Amino acid sequence: MLNYFVRRILGIIPTLFVLMALAFFLIRLAPGGPFDSEKVLLPEIEANLRAAYHLDEPLYQQFARYLGNLLQGDFGPSFQYRDLTVTELIMTGFPISLRLGAGAMVFAVIFGVLAGSVAALWQNSRTDYFVMVISMTGISVPSFVMAPLLVLVFAVYLGWLPAGGLGGGSLRNMVLPVVALALPQIAYIARLTRGSLIEILRSNFIRTAKAQGLPMGKILLVHALKPALLPVVSYLGPATAAIITGSVVIEQIFGIPGLGRFFVQGALNRDYTLVMGIVVFYGVLIVVFNFLVDLAYAWLDPKVRYG
Amino acid sequence: MGIETKQDQVVVKSLWGDAWRTLRRNRAAMTGALLMAIILLAVTVGPWLSQYAYDFTDWPNTSIGPSLGTGHFFGTDTLGRDLFVRTLYGGRISLLVGVVASVVSLLIGISYGATAGYFGGRLDAIMMRFVDILYAMPFMFFVILLMVFFGRNILMIFLAIGAINWLDMARIVRGQTLSLKQREFVEAAQAQGVGALAILVRHIVPNLLGVVAIYITLTIPQVILVESFLSFLGLGVQEPMTSWGALVKEGSEEMETAPWMLLFPAFLLATTLFCFNFIGDGMRDALDPKDRQ
Repeated sequence: MLNYFVRRILGIIPTLFVLMALAFFLIRLAPGGPFDSEKVLLPEIEANLRAAYHLDEPLYQQFARYLGNLLQGDFGPSFQYRDLTVTELIMTGFPISLRLGAGAMVFAVIFGVLAGSVAALWQNSRTDYFVMVISMTGISVPSFVMAPLLVLVFAVYLGWLPAGGLGGGSLRNMVLPVVALALPQIAYIARLTRGSLIEILRSNFIRTAKAQGLPMGKILLVHALKPALLPVVSYLGPATAAIITGSVVIEQIFGIPGLGRFFVQGALNRDYTLVMGIVVFYGVLIVVFNFLVDLAYAWLDPKVRYG
Repeated sequence: MGIETKQDQVVVKSLWGDAWRTLRRNRAAMTGALLMAIILLAVTVGPWLSQYAYDFTDWPNTSIGPSLGTGHFFGTDTLGRDLFVRTLYGGRISLLVGVVASVVSLLIGISYGATAGYFGGRLDAIMMRFVDILYAMPFMFFVILLMVFFGRNILMIFLAIGAINWLDMARIVRGQTLSLKQREFVEAAQAQGVGALAILVRHIVPNLLGVVAIYITLTIPQVILVESFLSFLGLGVQEPMTSWGALVKEGSEEMETAPWMLLFPAFLLATTLFCFNFIGDGMRDALDPKDRQ
């Protein structure tokens, strides 16, 4: 296990390196620089500024410096918000995004597994078809279509929930964004759970358990659910990535001042350091989360060998 | 020799015939295909039949609801542009992006996967390790950055989306190639001294097309989704051109006063994705005996 752990940790290093290299060179490719403005600077002043930001050094040295700073959590200064560093901006937005994303994730896993199990237990019944059609809808209707529709129905017509904003962090304001973000994931998780649970319920060890006269509830909870949930566990990695990506539009739609909205505003304002910082931050988050998911999978699945 | 080929063909045909029969029995997939055909026909022919151009502004009739009398079947937007023709026109763009970007990803994926699979060994290991690394990248973000950095023309959309969607294709193609290269006809070609490139082009790739055909029906909706996502953020196609994503965005801004602006494009976008997903699922089920239940 320790061997496997170390090897996987070593495995994520090239991934992180590629991520940071992509970020560094993309930002160098981007047209325009930090000192572009209506005022043309004197050459001496511009040279001084370039030296202050180390832009006069050779590229590989700049890259090494960039990596070094990143490793210390320093994403550099923001182009747009002159008084703030990108790190500070990320730290303001991230807690809000985390609440939204974590809420959506928990919501998606609970309801996805529940719906998938119900569909599998009553396979080919009307309930099963109903769950499958709903989940196909969840997959086919993108969250940026679902979100305005939810707002239209629950905020505009029915007036049950607020249409947007943070509302001082009130729970009522989080309901619609969390649901809109979670729905596609609920759909995927329900389909995965249904498929693997149907397969497990047909396997020999479940038949044996049934033959021994164990009650169905116990068979399900003790024997069937753990192996059936393995595909769901491995889907948590892509699900995180999808939720993070989805939160970009959801935050935009609901006016939630999280990282996703910073990203879109930053991109539109060409605040390159801010958007690169967010890409690297989220990239690292996804890579690390995938690593944790792999570990959990290896721990749950006796068939994975750590060799 | 002649007889053998003939027998081979019979076997191949019955596999596809079998799959076709299974697919025909799949009501969801068939309904999806039918609906898709109607939508395709509508977005191709529809804009020519409408009396309004997609960028014509009907100033006396801004933000009016759907009606047959005015000729604005889906109503108009805040600038008085006819939503019926805009929705169909946006559909053209969305579907075009879906198909072209999928073909781009297909070309990259097939060349990459077939090369890795055919040559095997260390080259394969390095190439697939690289794919693993790219898998972990937050690509959606990079696409958004590319759109911001290099302008928002439609060519860039094709390339940017195509360039991120080839990873799955490369993996699938590699797997198929690994098993194909052990077959006798490849061995025969190798024995005759045919070069690697010729074997790949003449023998490996044509045999991959079945798998690729299934996979592309699952790639197209993904691509349409990515394009809509970009357009929704205001980073996709530019005014007065439009796509379903851009229309949904405009609609969501006006939905309290003009809900039709949201509902029609949202409905068509969702229906299209629905159809593609059902067709793709059906095709996969039909050709994959393991999942048949």
